[in-house]
Amino acid sequence: MEIAIKELTKTFKGRIAVDHLSLTIGQGEFFALLGENGAGKTTTIKLLSCLMKPTSGDAIMLGDSIVENPQAVKKKLNISPQETAVARNLTVKENLEFIAKIYGSDKREAEQKAMGLMDKFGLMDRAKSKGRTLSGGLERRLSIAMAMISEPEIIFLDEPTVGLDVRARLDLWQILLDLKGQITIILTTHYLEEVEALADRIGIMHKGRLHALGTLEELKEQTGQAKLQDIFLQLTAEAEIQ
Amino acid sequence: MRALTFAERNRKEILRDPMTLLFGMVLPLLMLWLFSMMAENMPFDLFTLEKLAPAIIVFSFSFITLFTGMLIGRDKSSSFLMRIFASPMAATDYLAGYALPLLPIAFLQITACYGTALLLGMPFTIDAIPAVGVLSIISLLYIGFGLFFGTFFTDRQVGAMFAIFVNITTWLSGTWFELDMIGGTFQRVAYLLPFAHAVDASRAIFAGDYGAVFIPMLWVMAYTAVIFGIAVWGFKKRMRG
Ligand SMILES: Nc1ncnc2c1ncn2[C@@H]1O[C@H](COP(=O)(O)OP(=O)(O)O)[C@@H](O)[C@H]1O
Ligand SMILES: [Mg+2]
Repeated sequence: MEIAIKELTKTFKGRIAVDHLSLTIGQGEFFALLGENGAGKTTTIKLLSCLMKPTSGDAIMLGDSIVENPQAVKKKLNISPQETAVARNLTVKENLEFIAKIYGSDKREAEQKAMGLMDKFGLMDRAKSKGRTLSGGLERRLSIAMAMISEPEIIFLDEPTVGLDVRARLDLWQILLDLKGQITIILTTHYLEEVEALADRIGIMHKGRLHALGTLEELKEQTGQAKLQDIFLQLTAEAEIQ
Repeated sequence: MRALTFAERNRKEILRDPMTLLFGMVLPLLMLWLFSMMAENMPFDLFTLEKLAPAIIVFSFSFITLFTGMLIGRDKSSSFLMRIFASPMAATDYLAGYALPLLPIAFLQITACYGTALLLGMPFTIDAIPAVGVLSIISLLYIGFGLFFGTFFTDRQVGAMFAIFVNITTWLSGTWFELDMIGGTFQRVAYLLPFAHAVDASRAIFAGDYGAVFIPMLWVMAYTAVIFGIAVWGFKKRMRG
């Protein structure tokens, strides 16, 4: 069981945002989608999480098609959007319980799950703090914990470390490394270090198209470059010339 | 069940915002008090408590539009809506979840305004009981406008739209002056919109003039149905991306 993306395409009023994207992501893999602003990363996530219908193409998410059976796909995944999507006037604990409940937990189960995740994500001492009072790093941790509380098989993290300071970023990386291997993680970013620190495999996206796919080692071999930065520049420069 | 969970979240989100108390409660009560004091020196009876209180309750509902619109607008800009769109909730769950918590808030506004009017010297009448029912229906109109603004505009735009909305709802409703004092096109336009009808219905029911409630309420309910319809359509469209 895997994620098989086939010729996935999305156009907005004639402008192409995701352009015949095809790739396969294995179960339990930590996959990073790397690309500049406007590359089509968020649109790809919206398509894969059934928030948007593709213009053409399809993706089979652990056996179910996003086109044919979006309701089944939705049950398997959760998402931490680019903007953290935390309820401002709800406490950390209430935010977590709320998501647990809309995914079907009763009061007791929701509380248990919230406690477990606050523990895991280092949020226990902020359980009663309102969403709007959290720092960027804590807000992002809460955002990811909210996505984890529905016990998804696939989690999407859209640019999770944008705007974080160094320490908050490193803390978050540690949390993500702890999640690694437990579920399928698809992370988007434009930070190269993040990809190197976290990902099993990398897809480089530019102007809606996938320009390279593989482990860091494979990409180095393909391009003859030693640094991810140079690999990225080389691959996207080819696209600029075309 | 999911709709109720979502409604609970929305109730907390609105009630924990100090703006709710300030604009939803304090401001209308203040205006009730100020205008009722002016009534003594006025040659006409527009600002007597019996005419003022029913109109100010309707005025306070316009803030319900603001609260609903802002909440939805913020949920869009913070991607909170995206998060819950990814959940297995249905479109009707969302809209019910946004609309439901505003009804108890409307009830609080009704009782606070009416209670204040009693304290200021308005005599109690039994007509207040059916009036709560009529006003609850009227509040749906303002909730509907909130859903409409929140669905089609960003949180910042909602703020600007509300500034226009609150002016239209108060100036074209006969709350602060009699519409037939101006007459003509102004009055005709006012009665093509639902707000003057809402104020007329509210005054009539409090006065026990049940016969005069029906036609204005038809206007109000027709507008409510249309606004809800448009909001639901827009929301569903948004959900599909
Ligand atoms: N809802 C939308 N309507 C129109 N254009 C959009 C919409 N969403 C994204 N786009 C466009 O699609 C392209 C890819 O955007 P996006 O997926 O957000 O990129 P990224 O997340 O990689 O920064 C951009 O050119 C963007 O302007
Ligand atoms: Mg993006």
